[in-house]
Amino acid sequence: MPSYVARRLAYSIPVLLIASFLLFAFVRATFDPTARLRASRDPHAIQRERARLGLDKPIVVQYKDWLVKFTHGDWGQSSRTHDRVAPMVRGALWNTIQLIFWGILVSAVVAIAIGIYSAVRQYSLGDYAFTSLSFIGLAMPPFWFGLIAIQFLAAGPRNWFHLTNPPFFFVGLHSVDASGVVDYARHLVLPVLTLTVQIIASWSRYERASMLDAMSGDYVRAARAKGLSSWGVIFKHAFRNALIPLVTVMALDIGLLFGGLVITEQIFSIPGMGKLFIDSLIQGDANVLVVWTVVTAAFVIGFNLLADVAYGALDPRIRYA
Amino acid sequence: MPSDDLSVDELEGVEPEAPPDVPRDAVLSVRNLHVDFPSDDGPVHAVDNVSFDVFENEIVGIVGESGSGKSVTSMAIMGLLPKRAQISGEVYFRGRALRDLPDKQLRRIRGAKIAMVFQDALTALDPVYTVGAQIAEAITVHDRHIGKADVQDRVVELLRLVGIPNPGHRAKEYPHEFSGGMRQRAMIAMSIANEPDVLIADEPTTALDVTIQAQVLEVMERIQERTNSAIILITHDLGVVAGLADRVMVMYAGRAVETGTVDEIFYSPQHPYTLGLLASLPRLDEDSRRVRLHRIKGQPPSLVHVPSGCAFHPRCQFARLPAPCSTEVPALRAIDDLDHVAACHFSEDVVKVRPDDLKTEAS
Repeated sequence: MPSYVARRLAYSIPVLLIASFLLFAFVRATFDPTARLRASRDPHAIQRERARLGLDKPIVVQYKDWLVKFTHGDWGQSSRTHDRVAPMVRGALWNTIQLIFWGILVSAVVAIAIGIYSAVRQYSLGDYAFTSLSFIGLAMPPFWFGLIAIQFLAAGPRNWFHLTNPPFFFVGLHSVDASGVVDYARHLVLPVLTLTVQIIASWSRYERASMLDAMSGDYVRAARAKGLSSWGVIFKHAFRNALIPLVTVMALDIGLLFGGLVITEQIFSIPGMGKLFIDSLIQGDANVLVVWTVVTAAFVIGFNLLADVAYGALDPRIRYA
Repeated sequence: MPSDDLSVDELEGVEPEAPPDVPRDAVLSVRNLHVDFPSDDGPVHAVDNVSFDVFENEIVGIVGESGSGKSVTSMAIMGLLPKRAQISGEVYFRGRALRDLPDKQLRRIRGAKIAMVFQDALTALDPVYTVGAQIAEAITVHDRHIGKADVQDRVVELLRLVGIPNPGHRAKEYPHEFSGGMRQRAMIAMSIANEPDVLIADEPTTALDVTIQAQVLEVMERIQERTNSAIILITHDLGVVAGLADRVMVMYAGRAVETGTVDEIFYSPQHPYTLGLLASLPRLDEDSRRVRLHRIKGQPPSLVHVPSGCAFHPRCQFARLPAPCSTEVPALRAIDDLDHVAACHFSEDVVKVRPDDLKTEAS
């Protein structure tokens, strides 16, 4: 297993190189950092700027120069704010990682709980209720859900009950004048809810289906025949087997989570990767966009690797050769 | 052998409440068992009024084709049928009515006193746990106080008992690393872990090739000699029954059609279905080029629309129609020996025919 992980990490290097080259080339092709100089009266201004930025060199050479700097920690400068890109991305990444961490944790726990309940009590009133809710959840666009959540869980209650603060905050990840776990939690509830509602809806359906599949297995009946209790069988045998297909779906969906972040962070004004992406895109901030796409690609590759390792841990039939 | 759990004393402290027609010395008795499954076309009568007894030390074979209710009967004994099954009748284990027991008490019997070997060992073993862990689970479920090292020793001993080479190493392997025959033997090891009084083997050799079949059957025979358990051997293979069983019950369309000792069933069958099955078996001492085997005409009936009267009458060459064969359900009755019973209106005629008489000359 350790050698497999090492090899998979080694394989990801060329993948990351190719991805970063393509991303670099695409961003260079779509954004012109000299665009704002077109109105300049100096006819050589654009040429001088191109030479200064190295844009007159072939794209491969440009990429090589960028890559050397990137690996040495010099991630360039934002053409918008002239801040250094590295601390910008690092700060945004930290906020986003918090959202992803809580988002995945909440989604997984809630979806698995709903899935197991719905499978064990198949066709019960609760099962039908969760089925209907999951269809509503899947059909609910996050940007709309976020606004509704703000209206009915935060801004609304504040106005109705004349509170100084809403029960849940909907700007940023912490208050300017307060800190602590409670404040943090009150900030997290709405964005995490918005981020997870669709994911919970779809994961709970997968968990229900894979639990039903596992529970109809002969080994579940055989475990009952050994004298195990119903719940013992469900958790020790059925759930353990049902996790394997669920992990596949989870790993694939975590890539999608980045898409959801763009909207969620925008609604709740969280300075994370999603908001950084929108801001840089609108301003044509090429240096930030290149770094953003490469870091995101690295994340997706990392999660895929994590999923492959998780398979091996969950399913002994998978051998890493 | 780990000491039996306290739960067993608790069970034995209760007076048996079996009715007088249940023999006191029977380990397991099934009385008037009916199992129906609701379906869109109406109820499926999977088991229809089946009664039998199993005594200590004996092997009872239950024979029948697919859909004759063999496996459903065994599931009903174990209390493992799905909730939608409508069950009536009673199952007595040493005189105690099992169907009245709450699941919590039934669990103490399942796996400890009545254990089961499943048909397909590949799907009946959980793919994500080692074989050793799954056998260990069967032990610890019934004996929570047993030490880890003792469990491990017992697991290795059980694997050795069923003839798995290098059992200490094999216990740490997963089911997919075992061959088909070894899986089935591991399954048997799991089922005998608590030295059950009754072992139900549901088609234990069906998925295996003939040489492995023989090995598995030999293991079962050896185990029975060692543990004195009673074995219910469910199979559609008459050869397996002939070699292993003491008594046989033949099932057709969810009903028991004939019960007797192996010799009675094989040498003087009283039911036309049993007779037909035997006549369709090739014999080593006959010339296969000259003899054409018998076939039972038609198809087994749908269990939703079981034929009226005797369920076998549309396929029966002895049937007198319409009455009594299509109007009256024949009861199991004896014509000479009291223990040999068949559910046929014309057993007296059937018993005169030998299976070989039904085979024809090949042209």
